[in-house]
Parts: sequence; structure tokens; C-alpha cells
Amino acid sequence: MDNSLKREIIVDNASNPYHKKKVEDDNFIKANTHNESCIDNIDLYVKIKDGVVIDAYFDGEACAITTSATSIMLRKIIGKSVDDARNIMKEYYKMINEEEYKENMLDELNLYSDISKQASRKKCAILPFQTLEKTFKIYEESK
Amino acid sequence: MHREDFLMFENNQNLIYFDNGATTFKPKRVVDKVVDYYTKYTANAHRGDYDISLKVDNEYEEAREVVRHFINAKSSKEIIFTKGTTESMNMIVFSFMKYYLHKGDEILITKAEHASNVLPWFELEKELGVSVKYIPLTSEYKVTLDNLKNVVTEKTKVISLAHVTNVIGDIRPIKEITEFAHDNNILVVIDGAQSVPHLKTDVEDLDIDFLAFSGHKMLGPTGVGVLYAKEKYLEKFRPFNYGGGMNSRFESTKEIEYKELPLRLEAGTENIAGVLGLKEAILYLESIGIENIHKHEQELREYLIKRLKEVSNITVYNENSEAGIVVFNIENIFAEDTSRFLNHYGICIRAGNHCTKMVKDEIKVKNTCRISLYLYNTKEEIDKLIEVLKENNKIYDIIL
Repeated sequence: MDNSLKREIIVDNASNPYHKKKVEDDNFIKANTHNESCIDNIDLYVKIKDGVVIDAYFDGEACAITTSATSIMLRKIIGKSVDDARNIMKEYYKMINEEEYKENMLDELNLYSDISKQASRKKCAILPFQTLEKTFKIYEESK
Repeated sequence: MHREDFLMFENNQNLIYFDNGATTFKPKRVVDKVVDYYTKYTANAHRGDYDISLKVDNEYEEAREVVRHFINAKSSKEIIFTKGTTESMNMIVFSFMKYYLHKGDEILITKAEHASNVLPWFELEKELGVSVKYIPLTSEYKVTLDNLKNVVTEKTKVISLAHVTNVIGDIRPIKEITEFAHDNNILVVIDGAQSVPHLKTDVEDLDIDFLAFSGHKMLGPTGVGVLYAKEKYLEKFRPFNYGGGMNSRFESTKEIEYKELPLRLEAGTENIAGVLGLKEAILYLESIGIENIHKHEQELREYLIKRLKEVSNITVYNENSEAGIVVFNIENIFAEDTSRFLNHYGICIRAGNHCTKMVKDEIKVKNTCRISLYLYNTKEEIDKLIEVLKENNKIYDIIL
């Protein structure tokens, strides 16, 4: 994918993010992550039933990378089982850390494959998945 | 002004540094002083009888006198060297206020204070049952005497304010406030981190009871700062640290005698290089004249505001403040993305909440971009900034 198209998709997701709203519903598990070294701060709301993510939203203030990555992540994981979502997460982390990974599992999340070139932006790119993992842990502990 | 004195510019030809509220560059004479101490006369202060130790001792106490003169304190006994504003504020709260205040007493601050003028008070509130309340700010986020009077009660015992706030950059009417406070038996604590480097701060004229400030925000080294308190209050401070340097004698029988002020409150080996560097920084500032620096910053600020208006999608949040601090955002762009964009052109600004996390309640914006000016900034740097900001439609091409 050429860079301008990549950029366009990121900007589109940053400006008009998917499922961005505050959720006040106890059926959703809420987790927050804020980036220690900068000011990204997102809340994630995830509804899990029988081990499947059936709905998810996010809210907060964050940079273009974090906001777009969260938006794209939500599109990708809604409807997936927790296990499948974790497998995607594993591949995503491998990509961010410049290890070999299964490109075909990540679809649009491949947009961030170059992020390792900007070390300071890695944290922005992994923030959504860090938060997602928190919700999964809460889910597992509540079982 | 005086850019040639700063090696940072020599070593970073195209760097534009607008984050002086965070820390400042050091003039060569400050750096030289620190290097001299470490290469020509390294020794401890207040300890030895040999020449280099006496030299250190003399210079260390001269530094105290230089600070005293700089803020016009009555006595150099009223000057305590600390790690910085944060430590000074914590000493005021936990070495003095903790024993001075009682359950039910009220402390007034504002929502525009820096964390170091908030969190120590919150902790004291939990510990002692005192109550921290907020002075309401005007529509321009300022403190006025009338607003203050509206919230003072007979339980109010302390008013603790930044002289200049680090986000809004307003200069508080400290003299009016101390006059009113003292008529009502209220003590006044001033966080001088953003004011002492930029404004003439005369503790006698302003009648300040307690003042805290940092060396590194005024061209000095990091890790050194000052606590000032009127002697009658400082005498009552309980040492924060006990150990070497602060005791006169102690016996196995537990008989103890502590030193007089100021050494009683400076246990352990102080940051000697920092203190000597701070002295040079103050002498340097005095050689230029703090009033001239303030005037220069005000001219730059006015110019910056005028030019920012040329960029249509920029909101400035503190147009009518007085200090050299300007906060803004580009419409629909997260502050940190703006600062990354400017970084691409070698322009350093600060994005975030600037350690002032409650001010969002007032300005209704959580994160902003902050430009904070100092003596070495120029109109040409502002021109370059504006030139770049005018191209902000390209922001994502640059940062993504």
C-alpha cells in the first residue's frame, strides 16, 4: 500500500473514528490506559458474552495514531472470540516489534507496520491493544 | 537577547526552543561554574579546614547571599537550598503547615495550580482533616481580590498560589492578596516557579510569607531550588531530613543539639555544584536586568498573539494574560500531534496538561500546546513558527 493511501486511512479513522462514544452500561467492561510519556488517554468499553466480543466502544483524547489504531482495532475484533482477538493481538505486537508476523491476520492493522521506525510512536500504536487486554483480564477474573 | 551566551544555540543551529516553562538553557558562565567546581576545587562545604573546602564554603554562602539580594529577603538565614520548587512546597506543607494547621482549617488554592501546589495540600487534607477549597477564577481565568474575598471564611488560614500560572500565564495581584490576607490573619504561600525567573520578586515589598522556586527554570542547573520563609516561620520548621550537616552535637545519651538556621534545614551534602551554578545564573540575570527580560517577553508575547491570529484555525486560550506564556490548539488536531509536527521543523513546544490537571475544568480543554518565552527568544523565531503553522493542513503528511 502506498504511503498516501495509508495516511488517508489513518486520518480518516482519526477524524471519524469507529464506535467512539462514552458507554454507561454495566454489561460493558471498562478499562482505561493513559500513556505515561505523553497525553493519550482512552477508555475502552467491551461487551463479552460466552467468550465472544459482541460489542465495543472507546472514548477519550488521544493522538492520531492512537485514535485511528483504536478505531481500526474495534472494527477488527468485534464479533471475534477473546482467543481469536488475542491471536490478532500477538501478531500485531510482533509487527510492532519488527518480528516476523502473519500479515494476513491483521488486515488494516498492517497500516502501522512502519511505526517501529519512530520509536516514540510505538506506545501510541499499542495503547488500544494494551487496554483491550485489560478488559479481557477483567472478564476472565469475573468468570 | 544574548543568544551568543548560550552554547545550546551554537550546538543546535536551527533549534527554536519555546518550552522555557519546562526548563531553560544555561548560559556559558553557569556551565563553566559547575565545571570549575568539579575540575578545580571539588570539596564538601561546611566540613574541612583546607583551602579548597574553605573556598567551597565561602562560595556556597555567597550564593545564599546572592539569592537573598535577588528576592530582597531580610536575612540570608531565610534562604534554604532545596532540590527545587516541588521540594520547597513539600517542606512548607509538611515541615510547617502540618504543625501550624488544625482540623477544620481551610486552605485556598485555585484549579489552575501546578501539581506541586495541589497534591501536598490534598495529602495534608487527608492527614489532618483540613479542607482545601478553590478560589473561583474570572472568565479570563484570573484571580481577583473580590473573588478571593468571596470564599474567605473565618476558618481560612492559608492562601497558596502561583504568582504566575504555568498554563494561563496570568500574573496574580500578590501584593493586594497578602495585604488582605495579613489583615485577616491568613498566611500566604507563593509558588514562584514561573515568576521568579521572569519578574522582579521582592518578598519584602510583596510581603510574602513563604516562597518556592527552582533554579533550572531561571538559567541555573537542575536539581537546585530555593525555599524562602520569613524567619519567624522558618524557625518553626521541623527538619525534613535529619543527619549530617544539620546537627551541632549528639551523644550516646541521646542529648542532641541542632544547628541554627539555615543549616538546620539542609541536612546531608547539598547540591553544591547546583547552588554555585544558581548563583551564576542569578548574577547573569541581574546583569541583564530582570525588568528588561520581562519587557522583552511582553513584546514577544504581543507579537506572537498578533501573528497567531493570521492562522485561521488556531484558538488561543489566554490572549489577555501578562506573562510570556501562550496556550493554543489547532482546530480538530490533538495537541501532541501539533507538537510533533512542529518538532519536524526543529520547534520545541509543550503539549499536554502541563502538570495542571484541574485547569481543564476551567478552560474546558484537556490538552493544549504551550509556548513559553524567555530572554533568548526572538521575533524571527516567531516568524518561523507562524510560517510552519500556516502549513498546518499538511500536518498528517509530516507526522504519519
